[in-house]
Amino acid sequence: MSAVLTAKGLQKSFGAVRAAADISLTFDPGIVVSLIGANGAGKTTFLNMVTGYLRPDSGQILFGERDIVGLSPRRITKLGISRSFQIPQLFNSLSVRENLLVAESIAAMDDPQAAADETLARFELAPYAAQKAGLLPEGIRKLLDVSMALSSRSKLLLLDEPTSGVSADEKFAIMDVVMGAARVAGVTVIFVEHDMDIVARFAGRVVAFYDGSIIADGSPDTVLRAENVRRYVIGEEIPHAAA
Amino acid sequence: MKAAIVAIASLAALTALALLAPQWLVFMAMLALAKGVVVLGLLVLMRTGLVSFGQGLYFGIGAYTAALLSHHLHVADAAVMLLAGAAAAGLMAALLGLLLAGYRDIFFAMLSLAFSMILYGVLVKSAALGSTDGFNLHARTFFGVALAPGVERRVFLIAGAVCAVVVALLAHRLLGGHWGRLSTGVRDNELRVAYLGASPYRVVYVNYLIAGAMAGLGGALAALAVGHVDPEMTYWTTSGEFVFIAILGGTQSILAPFVAASIFEALRTIASQYAPNVWQMSLGLAMLAIIMFLPAGLWTLAERRRRSA
Ligand SMILES: Nc1ncnc2c1ncn2[C@@H]1O[C@H](COP(=O)(O)OP(=O)(O)OP(=O)(O)O)[C@@H](O)[C@H]1O
Ligand SMILES: [Mg+2]
Repeated sequence: MSAVLTAKGLQKSFGAVRAAADISLTFDPGIVVSLIGANGAGKTTFLNMVTGYLRPDSGQILFGERDIVGLSPRRITKLGISRSFQIPQLFNSLSVRENLLVAESIAAMDDPQAAADETLARFELAPYAAQKAGLLPEGIRKLLDVSMALSSRSKLLLLDEPTSGVSADEKFAIMDVVMGAARVAGVTVIFVEHDMDIVARFAGRVVAFYDGSIIADGSPDTVLRAENVRRYVIGEEIPHAAA
Repeated sequence: MKAAIVAIASLAALTALALLAPQWLVFMAMLALAKGVVVLGLLVLMRTGLVSFGQGLYFGIGAYTAALLSHHLHVADAAVMLLAGAAAAGLMAALLGLLLAGYRDIFFAMLSLAFSMILYGVLVKSAALGSTDGFNLHARTFFGVALAPGVERRVFLIAGAVCAVVVALLAHRLLGGHWGRLSTGVRDNELRVAYLGASPYRVVYVNYLIAGAMAGLGGALAALAVGHVDPEMTYWTTSGEFVFIAILGGTQSILAPFVAASIFEALRTIASQYAPNVWQMSLGLAMLAIIMFLPAGLWTLAERRRRSA
């Protein structure tokens, strides 16, 4: 099966900080991949390069067959990659429903009203439909952000920490809703996550970042057990003798 | 439906005013309508979160286009003047908008101001256009029908009312639907707009163009009302007046610019009769009071009454 997304030798530095040092990754369609790594490891930078927000210093990014380096976020969104943000990016003075209406209308749905209602139901946002996005609790803002990203009927959905800033007992509920919606939409999902229980539960493949490089890539079982991942990502104390 | 009723009622009221009111009131109403149209355009632009301090540019272009048609090309039809005024201003906005749509906040405001001052400078220096004195215009027909002397203004007020109502209905439709929400989206979060696949630049550009064309229409209306144009129409104080009226009315309703412009013109007429020296100061005090007590404009008063009723 041909890959949805292929990154080849991506490099990106901010001054002395190497946010991406030779990142090469291939993503097959239909899978759910989790990107893990400590703060500052380069996970968001990777998403920013894929969506055209940042231009890699060198390297190639193929969406299907097409090289998308240098295209604007708007063009890339139109090609079929959408994303949610670490800090939800919403229209704060509009209601939840209006936020979705903007998204559905841009996506040129025949009937944006019906599409918005469908999304409201799928994301369990209907009770909040009339509320201003700026006044919502964080968990709901996260859901709305993801639901707007999915409105563009993309092939590839990138989620930057969909459960950050949300209480521990809400996290699984939110992920259940998000992943359920993604499955129905049939999109490939790449999500950044710090909570390893969430990763173990929802990811089919895990990629571990450290200092702009990939230090592990494979099934959740193997990656989450790997020693360097436990040391550099999960932050366990591992006696040096064992290293 | 509600909009259609308000439109018909406004049209009827203005027609009655045009036929029955004394000349000075007809004149005042026409200026209020002209400015209301300009300010409504400003409201469309403000939906994207941008304020232009240079709408005098388009107001002036609309007015001078109408006057030039009359004075130099001997076109004497008011309807042609109005359309040409709006078209010329729209054309200029289409050009300058290419640049301005890339700017935001204070840079946008100052750049728009700068362009209006350039036109002011050019007009003041142009002897052929009467320099600081400007020149007169005279419309003798309206849609080809000859205007009897003495009733021109009354006909113009009806024409102005029709223009204003049509423009207001269009703006109401535009802002009440997808485009209005998208414009608010651009104001709230351009990043999200781009990441949904739309262009914030394009939204700002189109709204800037609309605002420019409407200011041109308003300028042509004002030129017909006064029968005279001068560079003052493009001066920054004129642009400031539009922003003032916009804040006075608030952005809640399509009607607000017209109500606010009427109040503004009435106040000015009264003040220039009884207190010509403190007019500017009263303006300042009024502005202060509004920003402090009615930050969403006079329209909040109407809303409050409706809620308590
Ligand atoms: N626009 C930028 N300008 C300067 N430095 C940046 C920029 N974006 C990221 N960086 C730096 O690049 C490194 C990687 O950042 P990135 O945001 O990709 O990390 P992350 O893995 O997403 O971390 P977190 O888990 O905290 O979100 C960090 O050191 C960060 O400070
Ligand atoms: Mg991050």
